[in-house]
Formats: sequence, structure tokens, C-alpha cells
Amino acid sequence: MIAKEANVEKACTAELEVERADVLVALAGQPNVGKSTVFNALTGLDQHVGNWPGKTVECMEGSLECNGSTYCVVDLPGTYSLTANSAEEVVAREFIIRERPDVVVALVDAATLERSLYLVAELLALPAKVIVALNMMDVAEGEGLHIEPHVLEAALGVPVVPMVATKKGGVQALVETIDRVAQGQTAVNPKPPRIREDHLQVMGEIEGLIAGYVPAPYPEDWIALKLLEGDGEISRLMEQQMPAERWDAVHAVLREHDDALVAVASGRYEWIGRMMRAAVTRPKPGRIGRTERLDRWATHPFWGLAILGGVLALVFTLTYSVGVPLQEALDTYVLGALAKAAGLMLAGAPAWVSGLVVDGVIGGVGFVLTFVPVLAIFFAALAVLEDVGYMARAAYVMDGFMHVIGLHGKSFLPLFLGFGCNVPAVLGARVIESRRARLLTILLAPLVPCTARMAVVAFLAPAFFGSYAAIVSWGLLLLTLVLLAVSGLLINTLVLKGKRSAFIMELPLYHAPNGRNILLSVWHRCVEFVKKAGAVILPVSLGVWALSVLPHGDVETSYLATAGRWIEPLGGLIGFDWRLIVALITSFVASENSLASLGVLLGVEPGQGLRNALAAHYSAPAGLAFMAVQMLFVPCVGTVAAVKQESRSWGWTLFSVLHLLVLSLLAGAVLYWLARLGGL
Amino acid sequence: MRRRRGWRQHRIVPTSEGDVVPLSELAPGEAGVVVDLGGGSWVLGRMTSLGFTPGAGVRVVQNRGHGPLIACVRDIRVALGRHQAGHVIVRRTAE
Repeated sequence: MIAKEANVEKACTAELEVERADVLVALAGQPNVGKSTVFNALTGLDQHVGNWPGKTVECMEGSLECNGSTYCVVDLPGTYSLTANSAEEVVAREFIIRERPDVVVALVDAATLERSLYLVAELLALPAKVIVALNMMDVAEGEGLHIEPHVLEAALGVPVVPMVATKKGGVQALVETIDRVAQGQTAVNPKPPRIREDHLQVMGEIEGLIAGYVPAPYPEDWIALKLLEGDGEISRLMEQQMPAERWDAVHAVLREHDDALVAVASGRYEWIGRMMRAAVTRPKPGRIGRTERLDRWATHPFWGLAILGGVLALVFTLTYSVGVPLQEALDTYVLGALAKAAGLMLAGAPAWVSGLVVDGVIGGVGFVLTFVPVLAIFFAALAVLEDVGYMARAAYVMDGFMHVIGLHGKSFLPLFLGFGCNVPAVLGARVIESRRARLLTILLAPLVPCTARMAVVAFLAPAFFGSYAAIVSWGLLLLTLVLLAVSGLLINTLVLKGKRSAFIMELPLYHAPNGRNILLSVWHRCVEFVKKAGAVILPVSLGVWALSVLPHGDVETSYLATAGRWIEPLGGLIGFDWRLIVALITSFVASENSLASLGVLLGVEPGQGLRNALAAHYSAPAGLAFMAVQMLFVPCVGTVAAVKQESRSWGWTLFSVLHLLVLSLLAGAVLYWLARLGGL
Repeated sequence: MRRRRGWRQHRIVPTSEGDVVPLSELAPGEAGVVVDLGGGSWVLGRMTSLGFTPGAGVRVVQNRGHGPLIACVRDIRVALGRHQAGHVIVRRTAE
């Protein structure tokens, strides 16, 4: 009980959270073991996204009430091990070591028990009260695996709770076990794997060298083990903590035993083997399961691509048949009505007030909100594909192709989503583990021609090229994709000094999607986008609006126009007059704005009149240059907001904007002069 | 004698039982036991935590002789880049 009281009012996460809880529970597990299903079953709808300071990793937090106590449950990122291979692993282990949760629930997949227990082997070596939740017992039975939880419990020395989380089986038992362990009623005497004989001596040597230098709250033997495993993060930590010559001694020992990582891992698998022999009876290997049968199609060099094509076609059909009409309805009925009502209410007020409210605020908020229907569909599609297990297959099928631009398979789906809208493309990059590949995907996503930009080009091309419009549009599309590939190569080799990241990816077993998980994930991601992107989009669209009406209330005499005229001489290099420059700047808020701006600036309504006016005003080379710039320019402030949100760095956001700016203007200039020299 | 660096080849040469070859040289359906692992510490860390350790049984599910391949280890299926598969040295077994 004393221990419990000491833990009262423990902060829920490392972030300054106001929420306090009686008992802190951490949920750990490898990817694809059904962690979000268990988390959702434990916490219900009472959950929110928490961020680890300084990391791009998110932990979900939720709470549950049991026997009058409040339990705060933190869903740690899914990790295969606790060695610093990625930010997720660092977050997971730092949370357990620093926040000292009262209970750590280690979720394992009964159907892939051997691999799943690897993380348990690591968790048991930490000073934490571990409960093993044996999920997917039904799948394991279906595969013919018979597991005896009590035998496993005796062998591991910690409580084992069998579960079928998809059917809520075992959830109550898990909660009760958590409660008993937190109250100290159930003893936990973990029997972690011991280091193998052949490395015992080295381990002792290292422990002797680092004794007294290990900063709290890290356990000394754990630090020694991680050093032996060659953990980069821990090596850096100890190098800072120790006098140089002492660290050199440690380093010398480690260099002599650079095979230790494999030996330690083998030791863990030997330990797992003993657990398996004790608790599991398995059928003869060689059975062909459902997953293998499905994979014969899904990973086939031809049919795999065909299936992927079909899946993507379905996603886009859904977007256009449901998302776009919803978006338009939202725009006309909700925002239009709102704008009208505001206009009426502000009829007596000065023109600038109603302008600010109607065009600035409602326009800006509306722009954020109109993203939501399309985003929700994309997020839902991504979540379903991920949950079913198909995402990994899509990545596998596209790996060869993506290698061409310095990426690997996992970047394909996020980038492809960009054809619909660049925002989910940038946000979707989150599925990529390695920071380098994720960053490159985020930087390349804005170059994928989204529907809004294609719409602008589709409108403009006939004005300048008549019956050749389709060819010109396709040419521009092709040019964009080539420039995307070239940018990928250049950024990879010059900026990220690219070592291509290794492609190692589990192909999880297929299973039916869980509607609840998907809805929750779509909800959280949409809310997050509206909150975070809204904070960037609103001020920027207000700013552009203000510049385009001040000081006299019309675009022609606005500051924006003045600025446009001021840089007109520069624009002349690519055939732009001040109107095109202004149109381009307003397209920063949303690509389709450029047509509306041109309409106002040329004094015509968007439509046929605008095409004729454009053709009369501008030469074909200037038109071509404008279309090319529009294709490659910063797609919209929403994308920039997403880049900031995902890269967590203003530096990379600025890099992204500058990259697009330089690329688009260069392409515009080259095309302009080529077209002029070609006599267009 | 060191083996030729055959894994760079694009055609999978049939091997016989007991041969020690990179995983990328096993044809679909062929199996082996891991004898050695190579690669940087990131790759080693990820590979070992996925179940590739000396002594582990591996079966190749798909291998087209170029691009990534799929292998089955400890009841799970893993897609590996060709380069990473080349770092896994296996002794071919009959299956």
C-alpha cells in the first residue's frame, strides 16, 4: 500500500499532462499483435493522443475505472524489440524506465508466439511488473496451436491472461489482473533470459567498468546488456557520463565482442524455445494457411499489381463519389449559408468588417473543414488496408519501382494518395519507420499533382493550346512525375546523404478489419489535422486575404497587386505579368484560387469568358509557363501545414517550400524560353 | 575457400542440400538454417528481433531473382530487400 500511495498523482505522460491517475498502466507489444484493439477495449472512448516531447512518435492515452481507482493506460508504440533501432523503441523503453508505470501489459500474439515473446524477453529484464496478455487465442487454435497459459505463467514467472480481444474475450480478466498486480496482491517474479555462458565474463567486465557511472533511473545490468548489444543511444549516453579513458576501456571490450548482438538475441530465442516446448503443442509444419494462399495472389508480380490497381481505383472512386460531393455540399450549404447569414447580419457594418468575416474567417475555416470529407475517406481507406494486413503487400509489390527514386515500398501508398490530395499524402508518410525515408516522402509528396492542380491545368490548357490541350496536360503531368523522381534522387544523395534504408518488413497474417479501431483512428487523425493545420491555415489565409483587399478594398489596388507589380520585371523572365504573379500567390491558400483571382484581375467571371480573356492577354509560352509553375508550386497552405506537422521542423518545412518554389520557377522559365525559341 | 559472391547474380542457381549460401539464393519452397548474419547494426537489430538468428529455420516463399523476396521464419512472413537477404547466410536443408 505504501508503494501505491507513492504512485498517486503520477503524471500520465512525460508531456505536461494535467490528468492524474491512481495507477499507471503501459501497454507494450510488437506491431500487428492487436494492440489498438486491446487498448480500445480497455479504455472505451475516453482516450486522446499524447506526444512524446521532441519525437515524432505518438502514444495514445486513455483511462478506465475499476474498484474505485482510476487507471491511466498508455498505448506505447508497437516495437519488435527494445534496442534503439527506431524512435518508437526509444520511446517505449524510456517510458517504462523513466515513468515507472505500476503495471506493464505485454501483449503477445498467440498465433506467432515465438516471435512475440522476444519483446517479453526484453521487458522482463526491466524493473517493471509485467503481465503477459496472450491475444488472438482463437487464431492460434484455428492454426492448430494449443497453448497452456498456466504453464507459460509458471515458466515466465508473471501472470498470463489469455484473450480474444476482437470479441472482448479476456478483457475483464485482464483488468482484474492489472488491479491485483497494482495492489501487490499477485506476486510477480519474472524469470528473464540469462546471458549466455560465453558472454557472462564480458558482461561482468562491462558492469565492472560502468559501475557508479550509470545515471538514475537506468539499471546497471540493463545498461551493460544494451552496450553489449551495440545500442547507439545507450553508447552515447554512457560516453557522456564516463571519463574518456574509462569509456575507451569499455569501447575496447565491446569492439572485441562485436558479435554479441547476435549472441544475445540467440540467447533470448533459446529461452523462448524453452517456454514454447513447455507450454505449446503445435501441429506439423508445412500446412498452407489462408494468408499464404491469399499471398500467392497479393504478392504475385502481375496479379499483385493488378490487385493493387483495383484497390487504389476503389479508393479514388469512393473519394470522388462520396468525398467530393460531401465537400461541395459542405461548401455550398453549410459555409455558403453561414457566409450569407454573416453578410446579412453585418449589412450595417463597414465593408471591411463583413469582408474580414465572410472572406477571411469563414473562408479560412471553411477551407480547413472542406478538407475533412476527403481526408476521412483516405484515412479510413489507409486504416482498413493497414488493419487487414494488405498495406505490407502493397509496399512489397511496389518496392522495386520505388527504389528508382531512393525510397522503398512503404513510401508508395502515401505518395499515391497525393494524386487525390497532398495533405493525406504527407500525413500518410507516418507509416514509414526510418526517419530519412519518412522525411524524403514528406518532401516529395507535394510534387504529386493533386486534383486541385490538375483542375487548374485542365481549365487553362484549352485556352492556350486548343485541340492540343490534352497532350499538353499529359505532358505537364509526365514532367511533374519526372521532376519528382529527379528530386527524390537529388534530395536523397545531396541533402540526406542517402544511405538507402534497408527494406525489412513483416507481412502480417490477414484478418478481418475491426470497425471500431478504424473509426477511432479516422476520428483522431481528422481532429488532429483540423487542430494543428487550422492553426497554420487560418492566419495565412487571413493574411493573404488582407493583403489582397487592403488598403482600398479591391484586388487591383491592393498591397498584393503592388507587390506583384514590383516583382513584375523578374516575372518577365518567365513571361508573367503582375496579374499572374498575384494569382500564383493567392493559389498558395488553395490551388483553385488562382482561377478566381485571374477572373477578378482580368475583370471576367471564371468560365468561358476567362479562357478567352486569358488567350487574348497572354502568349502560349507564358500560359505554358504558368501551368507548369502551377503544377510544381507549393500546392496549398494545407500541405505546408501538414509538412510542418509531420516533419516537426520549421527548417524542413522551409526547405520544402523553397524546393517547390525554385523547382517550379525553373521549370516555368525553361519551358517559357523553350516554347519561345520553338516559335510557339 | 570463400564462396563466390553469387547473390549478385540475377539467376538463382540450384543448390544442393548442405550448401552454405546467402538466403537470396534459395528458390521459392527451399528451406535452410541460418548460420550467420551480416549487415550494419540497424539491420542486425531488426533482423534478430524478427527471428533471424543462427539456428533458426527459414523457408523462402517468393524469390524472383531480382527485387525483394519473402521468407518465412519462426511462423512469420518477412519481406526482405535483396541486399538484406544477401546478408543472411543459410545452410540449405531438404524440405
